[in-house]
Amino acid sequence: MKKKNRNVAIIGSGMSKFSSHREEVNQPELIHEAVVEALEDAHLTMDDVDCVLHGNMELFEMVHQPDMWHVLGTGAWGKPGVRLTTGGTTGATLACAADNLVASGLHDVVLAIGFEKLEEGHATGGITNMADPLWGRSLQTGALTGTAAQKLIEQFGEERAKNAAIKMRIIMDEHAMRNEKAHRRLRLDRKYMKQIATQTPPLVGELRMIHMCSQSDGACAVIFASEDKVAQLGANPAWVVDHETVHREETLIFNSGKSTHRVAAERLYARNGITDPIHQIDVFEMYDPSAWWGVDWLGDFLLCESDEHVKMVENDQIAIEGEFPLNPSGGVQASNPIGATALVRVAEAAMQVVARRANTRCRVM
Amino acid sequence: MSGETEYAYVVEGKMALPYQYFAGAVGSKFLIALRDEKRILGVRCPKCETTFVPPRQTCERCFSDLTSHWVDVGSSGEITGYTVINYKEPYQPKEPPYVLALIKLDGADTPFAHILNCADGAQPAIGMRVRAVFSKEPKDNILAISHFELEP
Repeated sequence: MKKKNRNVAIIGSGMSKFSSHREEVNQPELIHEAVVEALEDAHLTMDDVDCVLHGNMELFEMVHQPDMWHVLGTGAWGKPGVRLTTGGTTGATLACAADNLVASGLHDVVLAIGFEKLEEGHATGGITNMADPLWGRSLQTGALTGTAAQKLIEQFGEERAKNAAIKMRIIMDEHAMRNEKAHRRLRLDRKYMKQIATQTPPLVGELRMIHMCSQSDGACAVIFASEDKVAQLGANPAWVVDHETVHREETLIFNSGKSTHRVAAERLYARNGITDPIHQIDVFEMYDPSAWWGVDWLGDFLLCESDEHVKMVENDQIAIEGEFPLNPSGGVQASNPIGATALVRVAEAAMQVVARRANTRCRVM
Repeated sequence: MSGETEYAYVVEGKMALPYQYFAGAVGSKFLIALRDEKRILGVRCPKCETTFVPPRQTCERCFSDLTSHWVDVGSSGEITGYTVINYKEPYQPKEPPYVLALIKLDGADTPFAHILNCADGAQPAIGMRVRAVFSKEPKDNILAISHFELEP
């Protein structure tokens, strides 16, 4: 049973513009944009920050110990800090770690920074060694896989599954059109749903280019503070109620048993009195690396037993105006600076909570 | 012990590593001045009274934006540290042995690393005066300065 030593809130966040190319800035300069915005958002200076967390994909930029060089942009000079790198989940790990560091009483104010410059270095170099048939690391392509499509087609039939995936993609693009920082804002038109789905190059199985997340440059910075600090600063807090992490060896278990998402959601709901997630949660920022994963994982995170999640896509329930807005930011399908991506979800959720202050049912997860 | 390691294999592999990075606007201005004008630029933090060469966008100490605080520094300076490279690897800029030195240019507060060519028999030492020799061919990287040499 988890118990917090003290309450923790997000009191500010910042993001760079997300884009396929950020030639005008180097890595610390890109990070600096997000850090400056976060400090301004929280009305703080670096003097107020006790600890700086730094994360991105291991070796995707081919720079060893980037956190040391990046002090030029992070503001971490002379401060305690930790570098974290856990693949696509790095950003969420940063948020979990920041929550723990503040909740434990070790630090009052923690700045968590996620970044990626996917146009630099050579991501393939970082990811290639994940696969080695000798060790059961037999198939590992990150999110670039057709397995989610295969699973949905088997569950719901080809036409319904394909329609749900492309509908999800279009809704995410509609959301991204409202987010000036989003990388891909494609102005996809629902009228041409069929053409959009079929005229895009296939990648793996039924996973097509249009379904896939982008490859983005970008950084995100989020400031976590203790309850005392929130009161002292008069900050506008988004409380971090709880978090959950589930680990397992990924590559040998395709579409069998419960997903890690479902297990994490079950534990989180049980601890926090959530018995009806679809109605108790007001807004959800999900890490959805492709439209296929998006539909499938929505079902897992909401503990759907049948086709409720597919219906939520079909009837626009997940649109911003719907009853269960999913990814008002446009989500990962619009912008994916990987090491920042999961932290962007947390930052976006916090912004939603602060903006919708009147509605006290909002929770950050 | 030998029984345990006799059949413990080492599996050899190979990876291709193409690599590029964006110098950014600040870094590019520095490289363009080197290439086109044979000028070495730094930035000066007015608050910390420190001149950084190569330049950086932000002062890491006080977080000041330094992008409008460009200064020219000299193309001569002094050695603050050095090492002699004796091993040979592919893609080295020179045939070993050669010297890599940390050089603090006149007007700069930070040293940066470059190749130091020593005339026959000359030994480098900390505190010695050196000067930049620019490349005859235009280059888009730090090798726009071909190397440094000891001042006579």
